[in-house]
Amino acid sequence: MVKQITVFIENKPGRLMEMLKALAKNDIDIKAFSLADTTEFGIARMIVSDENAAKKAIDDEGVVARICNIITIAVPDEPGALMKALEILKNNGISIEYMYAFAEKLDGASVIAIRTDNQELADETLSKGGVKVLNQSDIEKL
Amino acid sequence: MGYYQKEIECMPREEIKKLQGERLVWQVKRMYERVELFRKRMDEKGLKPEDIKGIEDLAKLPFSYKQDLRDYYPFGLFAEPLKNIVRVHASSGTTGKQIVVGYTRNDLDTWKDCMARQFAAAGATDEDIIQVSYGYGLFTGGLGAHGGAERIGAMVVPTSSGNTSRQIQTMADFGTTILCCTPSYAMYLAEAIEEAGLKDKIKLKAGVFGAEPWTEDMRHAIENSLGIKAYDVYGLSEIMGPGVAYECSCQNGMHVSEDMFIPEIINPDTGEVLPEGEQGELVFTTLTKEGFPVIRYRTRDICSLNYEQCECGRTFVRMNKPTGRSDDMLIIRGVNVFPSQIEEVLLKISSGVTPNYQIVVGRENNTDTLDINVEMSEALFADDIKSIEKIERKIVTDLRSVLGIGAKVHLVNPKSIERSEGKAKRVIDNRNLRD
Ligand SMILES: [Zn+2]
Repeated sequence: MVKQITVFIENKPGRLMEMLKALAKNDIDIKAFSLADTTEFGIARMIVSDENAAKKAIDDEGVVARICNIITIAVPDEPGALMKALEILKNNGISIEYMYAFAEKLDGASVIAIRTDNQELADETLSKGGVKVLNQSDIEKL
Repeated sequence: MGYYQKEIECMPREEIKKLQGERLVWQVKRMYERVELFRKRMDEKGLKPEDIKGIEDLAKLPFSYKQDLRDYYPFGLFAEPLKNIVRVHASSGTTGKQIVVGYTRNDLDTWKDCMARQFAAAGATDEDIIQVSYGYGLFTGGLGAHGGAERIGAMVVPTSSGNTSRQIQTMADFGTTILCCTPSYAMYLAEAIEEAGLKDKIKLKAGVFGAEPWTEDMRHAIENSLGIKAYDVYGLSEIMGPGVAYECSCQNGMHVSEDMFIPEIINPDTGEVLPEGEQGELVFTTLTKEGFPVIRYRTRDICSLNYEQCECGRTFVRMNKPTGRSDDMLIIRGVNVFPSQIEEVLLKISSGVTPNYQIVVGRENNTDTLDINVEMSEALFADDIKSIEKIERKIVTDLRSVLGIGAKVHLVNPKSIERSEGKAKRVIDNRNLRD
């Protein structure tokens, strides 16, 4: 699994920018990014070059952030490849809460972060099903 | 305008004092025998009922507080057995628990007299049609105004609050002449009447408004838009309900029904009685109440008393509109709200650590708004939206059940709530309700 940092984004103009600025100032590279929002607040989820430094930079801005583990897979850049991986999860009764893609590819494969309702089981079944599940050191190559 | 009980309302001041003294002696003796807390406080001061011989001994007596009603919840301060209590009302306490007051048959009767005095002063007779748009229920507003309107012999239209389009249609169809509600609702109704094009069909001549603070500017706006004279009525459930003090057509302070209540103005910090005319905390003693009497009850309202005789001929002292509170109570949509009630809800939700919060009160389209900013923390934060929304919704539902009114909750960044000298500013009231 890979470390993800989740950040609370207050429902006020400029809040997302402030957070991104803090990361840039501390030379933190964002490898994958997603933003989910409701009418009242947003949640930014990121995979970064150094999650601990990112958390510190964000804390210093007075923003709440949390680090958690997330499954990250590499799927060949060909039709139906992602679908196959998701089918494995479905067949094992695992549902997906959210997913998002990395900007860069890894050896020509698309890199995707997936949050499911059972992370351990998802990790195991994906690996068994022949899907390439990445770990933190793979991400550092990106 | 008219009197309801001229011989009492215009009684010479010496006679009022004498009557108050006699009734005070009676009440003190009775409460000493029947109310444990009062007896305890008297004993602590080394006072016996016999030490109270007249009105001049009033300041010797111990104060009573809103907290007492919570400590002795629900019926522990009643001075009559429950079989003699024929009605209860309730309002919010400083925390989640409501406070309860009880009335005997005689109490309801004197309450009706109090409100009848207000209606008569507003020009009401048995020819009038009085629409009561205060909420009916545990809140004293609806039933309190209702009783006084019936006593005058007017035709009462008990619409209660809400359903504005029906309110104004009823007003037009029935030919309502006097309206009773909160001043902000009166402003709201005035706009609705204008929008519905019903202005020509409205026969209102007066309104009796209370249960929340309002300014002279609001009074003028209501009077102009509805084409009426607007009267300010004062009351609180711990003393009786609406009608403790009532305004005459001079509109220059509210006459306290001194045959039933003694008002005093004290320094809220020291408790000492202030010289006549000075501003301080209003304290009431109920002289005739049987079910739930109080001695020197601290209202927390800040105002002053004017003993000069009024041009209307009434000799009852006038209290001016309260200019503030000596505690942090807010009145939102006519409902008493204490920041501590909100704090209690937040404390429960964030497992024992109160998040920083700020209460923002405003007014939009003549309706009070209540927004609560809650600082996000690692304890409240989660990776998924669902669980954060669940917390947000829980705060909203719990607040509604505790306060009885809706609030909007906003989750904000940690430490984003303005602090002065390290303490977060808890309440921002943008309404400008005091003159
Ligand atoms: Zn007068």
